[in-house]
Amino acid sequence: MTALRAFVAMIAVAFALVLQVSVFPHFAWDGIVPNLCLLVVVGAALTRGAQFAMLLGFGAGLLLDLAPPADHVAGRWALALVVVGYVAGRVRQDVTPTATGVVATVAASSFVGTSLFALSGVILRDPAIAIPELLQVIVVAVLWDILLTPFVLPVVMTMFRQLEPDRAQV
Amino acid sequence: MGPLDRLRTPLARLDRERRPGRGRGARERRWRLNGPEDRGKPPRSLVVALVLACAALITLDYHGGTGSPIEPARRAMGELFGPVEVGAATAIRPFTAVPDWFRTHDSMRDDIDGLEAENARLRQQVHTAPYDRNKLAEYEGLTAAADTLNYAVVPARVVGLGPSQSFSRTVTIDAGSRAGLQPDMTVINNDGLVGRILRVTGTTATVLLILDADSVVGARIGNDMKVGFLHGRGVLGREGRLDLELVDQSVVPAKGDVVVTWGSDGGAPYVSGIPVGRVTSVFSSLRESSQRAVIQPYVDFGALDVVGVVVPSGATSDRAVIEADGSLR
Repeated sequence: MTALRAFVAMIAVAFALVLQVSVFPHFAWDGIVPNLCLLVVVGAALTRGAQFAMLLGFGAGLLLDLAPPADHVAGRWALALVVVGYVAGRVRQDVTPTATGVVATVAASSFVGTSLFALSGVILRDPAIAIPELLQVIVVAVLWDILLTPFVLPVVMTMFRQLEPDRAQV
Repeated sequence: MGPLDRLRTPLARLDRERRPGRGRGARERRWRLNGPEDRGKPPRSLVVALVLACAALITLDYHGGTGSPIEPARRAMGELFGPVEVGAATAIRPFTAVPDWFRTHDSMRDDIDGLEAENARLRQQVHTAPYDRNKLAEYEGLTAAADTLNYAVVPARVVGLGPSQSFSRTVTIDAGSRAGLQPDMTVINNDGLVGRILRVTGTTATVLLILDADSVVGARIGNDMKVGFLHGRGVLGREGRLDLELVDQSVVPAKGDVVVTWGSDGGAPYVSGIPVGRVTSVFSSLRESSQRAVIQPYVDFGALDVVGVVVPSGATSDRAVIEADGSLR
């Protein structure tokens, strides 16, 4: 079951990546698109907890770092999404999270993830971008992610719950 | 479930209801491993391992430069995801055209008026553009033109755009090494310079747009042939501008001046004479005691679709190549 779960999770992340790279640029605001991979990781964290979400975050981050057209230093998104998995996983309660709870978790995770990525870029000077521009991108990215939450998170969470119902519903 | 376990479950619950103290660490932890609500807390070893893995990756790639050990992984990932991105972009293309169906007759007429006006303005610009005259005057036009004539263009479409959240401005195009593409080739579209190729896979290539903060293009002002360097700002959309830093600090570019590529040795990464943009404003920085000009690129990077990659004439390709004389091969 674990292998199947990992496989399905990676397929979901790969699907999210392709949507994010090839489809959403048509609706992008100044090139900023919703971070669907991050949403999948948050969905995994809310249903499966931090351990699984961190592993998935690492995998999703690697995809974001290596799949074309990425050109930044590899490992930056991986680090950001591992932390997202940790944060979102710790927020999770044992009861099914409320809609408000999910949106709040997404907002917090998106802010943490995007900021962490931006921060690692500032440290590595990869590339050197002014802080006000970083902040603007982060704010828009968080808004995008919140906007997409009602469409993506229910699907993702249902999928992860269905994969192994006995562990998810406690 | 043995009788002991049955006893343990309520005990564990009792323990948890009391504040879990540090003193009972070992027993508590053993039960915690199996407790359903403890999935919230990942094992510390996993956290450390994952963070270290990320740090190792970053270090490897950061210090590796162009010969980075990550590069083969990137290539493999590109081979895997390239065709998928091409497929997704092809599938979505009919739907992105839908808004065009709803455009009214009036709005199209307005567009035509606007385009006609722009056409007239551009024609005037072309007639008065001193760039070609200058080139001829300096006997450079001939060689440059001869150089340019030796190039052909491989057409390609943009199938993937890197998110702004990644802060690097790169796109994927649907032509790769099978179409005769190699790293460090110039990418253009019908408006002007788009960027250069960073890396290729069999079916796709990654293009660094000139807007990227890491992008530097040797440029020349068409009116007085002064050379300088164009730096991207890393911002897409309406703010998508380039900064021009002139080698000769005493020169002040005029507003509206045309900027073209300077060209590199052997045409890589940039061939010469490709229009890049025009000067929109000039400001002097007191601190650096230099003139900086802001360039608005001709290319609309928010709506990139069909691009062309400049390849040597006669290059083998898996698709039709547009030769220098306009013929299709």
